[in-house]
Amino acid sequence: MANFLQLLVYGFQLGSIYALLAIGYSMVFGIIKMINMAHCDFLMMGCYIVYFLVTVVFGGAELIGPAVALLIILLGSSAIGMVGVGIERVAYRPLRKRPTIMCMISAIGVSIFTQNLFRALPFIGPTPRYFPVLIEDFTVNVGPVGISFTRIITIILAIIIMLILWYVIENTKIGMQMRAVSNDKDAASLMGVNINRVISATFFIGAFLAAVSGTFYATAYPVVQPTMAVALGNKAFIAAVVGGIGDIRGAVLGGFVIGITEILITSVWSAIAYGFCFLVLIIILLFKPEGLLGKPMTEKV
Amino acid sequence: MSLIKRNIEYPIFVLIFLVFTLLNRFGVLNDYVMQVVQLACIYIIMTESLNILNGMTGLSSLGQAGFMSVGAYVSAMITTTFINVNAMNPVMQVVMFIVVTLIGAIVACVVGVLIGMPAMRLRGDYLAIVTLGFCEVIRTIWRVVPARIAGAAFGLTGIPKLANFFWCYLFMLLAIYACRNFMDSSYGRACLAIRDNEIAADTMGINCFKHKTIAFATSAFIAGIAGSLYAHLLVYIHPDVFSYAKSSDFLVYLYAGGVGSISGAMLGALALTVLPEILRFLGNWRLVIYGMLLLIIILFRPTGMFGGREFAFLKLKTGGIKTFHFSTFTHWVKGLFRRKEKEAATAK
Repeated sequence: MANFLQLLVYGFQLGSIYALLAIGYSMVFGIIKMINMAHCDFLMMGCYIVYFLVTVVFGGAELIGPAVALLIILLGSSAIGMVGVGIERVAYRPLRKRPTIMCMISAIGVSIFTQNLFRALPFIGPTPRYFPVLIEDFTVNVGPVGISFTRIITIILAIIIMLILWYVIENTKIGMQMRAVSNDKDAASLMGVNINRVISATFFIGAFLAAVSGTFYATAYPVVQPTMAVALGNKAFIAAVVGGIGDIRGAVLGGFVIGITEILITSVWSAIAYGFCFLVLIIILLFKPEGLLGKPMTEKV
Repeated sequence: MSLIKRNIEYPIFVLIFLVFTLLNRFGVLNDYVMQVVQLACIYIIMTESLNILNGMTGLSSLGQAGFMSVGAYVSAMITTTFINVNAMNPVMQVVMFIVVTLIGAIVACVVGVLIGMPAMRLRGDYLAIVTLGFCEVIRTIWRVVPARIAGAAFGLTGIPKLANFFWCYLFMLLAIYACRNFMDSSYGRACLAIRDNEIAADTMGINCFKHKTIAFATSAFIAGIAGSLYAHLLVYIHPDVFSYAKSSDFLVYLYAGGVGSISGAMLGALALTVLPEILRFLGNWRLVIYGMLLLIIILFRPTGMFGGREFAFLKLKTGGIKTFHFSTFTHWVKGLFRRKEKEAATAK
């Protein structure tokens, strides 16, 4: 039982990382109905930018303290958010009138380009790097379960970010526009919503959250390399689909479901953990094609 | 004689084969180049098989590497673990190779139908996601099959090298003509109808479920052949080779070449397999430039490099926007010159 609870804590941490990443997939799909295969690269870029900010600005000093660490993470992630807006502008916007699968192919191209660019740049290179420890870690014992401080901070921060996002989507003007566009793009456009601005904002938020989740991932598993994000991205994508793609609550729920499932299966038989996530996905999709929280789709004749 | 006169491409196919073989024999093309050419043949087969699903039937599949891995693993397991091919005489080796390739393809076909039938409940992006999921599940299965039989996580080593340029080239031509015939058959036409409008096709009396299953089976069968060739060419396979990245490679080849067209799939696979090798002088930067060229192709020619055209030698009756005759090319070149002259005249 203690073992199970311990695993559950790990699962929640991994789940919060997946959830942050899955929100990006889900929002982009909700707005422009496209599977953004390059989304996981924002995570990798986020890791690198925080890594370089810490090593260059602080000269490799570790334990820079929670407030400074948070500032750096927000700064780096905002930069990645702008990169996301730029990528949408260059690679996806020209294809918006085409079938959505063309956007997906373009995203695969972007993914090949970014990963190899990071591998080819001389100051990054293909060698894995050790991610610096940002805040001092200690373990709190709650009964038989040992909870490390960074773990709990990761989970709490992820939940706070999700709540802020929820507030933005529900109560601000841009959030209302996003919901309108995802409901009906043409009607929203007729009502005076600037579609391009909404899509840019979506990509900014998606890339920002991916970069934040990248930093969280790197604090837990401190190795950074250009191809680190592919498997993670796939699993976050599963999470988004399991929860019901296009729905933010679904992405969060799916993220936690996939994270916890993966940790539990890994503790039993690690070789099948990755495939098992996909099995969960297939079973859920076959019996509830719209995902756990998604609305059933109707086909118009 | 009249057969050759009517089908001028047949001697050309033989000629291309002879040229490559002789150039290799006399040392002009080294084994490395030949390896690339053989891989290009295999990838053309894979892209054609993907074209049956994505291009003709309109079912987006992201798990083509999964079918390929089934063909590769099943055939390679037979030749490596269950029979001793190296002790046989060359004729028996060839017979054995064809037999295991067919077995691999048939198993892949069965897997394709088993995956396709439940997945047919879903549409569009969701079908793509489920096929991607099945591909990863198949990969996980190869990872946990006991090492004695399939090498588990170390990969399957010591596969006899039975495939060569002849087999790759032959199977490539067979695959292209099989796709041509499929597209021209009543099944292919039904698939094209389903792609264009499923509900309309259904009301016209086309059994959508049956034809989608046929498309899945044919596609998986061809992918299985490609898998067997791949295993017996590279003599080493690993579960990670057949990951989602491989499937997306084929998808990119197909869409860069021109989806829905057999010639486009052929050209896309050929161009994008050879391109990274040509760019090899760039060192580390070669895949960066490759990705950039890919993006440029997709952004500036969204219908693919070949834009849905078909080569005239395929003699297709259905599909394809415009047949690509040699004269089309000469007209285009002439037009280019004429435009130049006109511009020069206006400049004066």
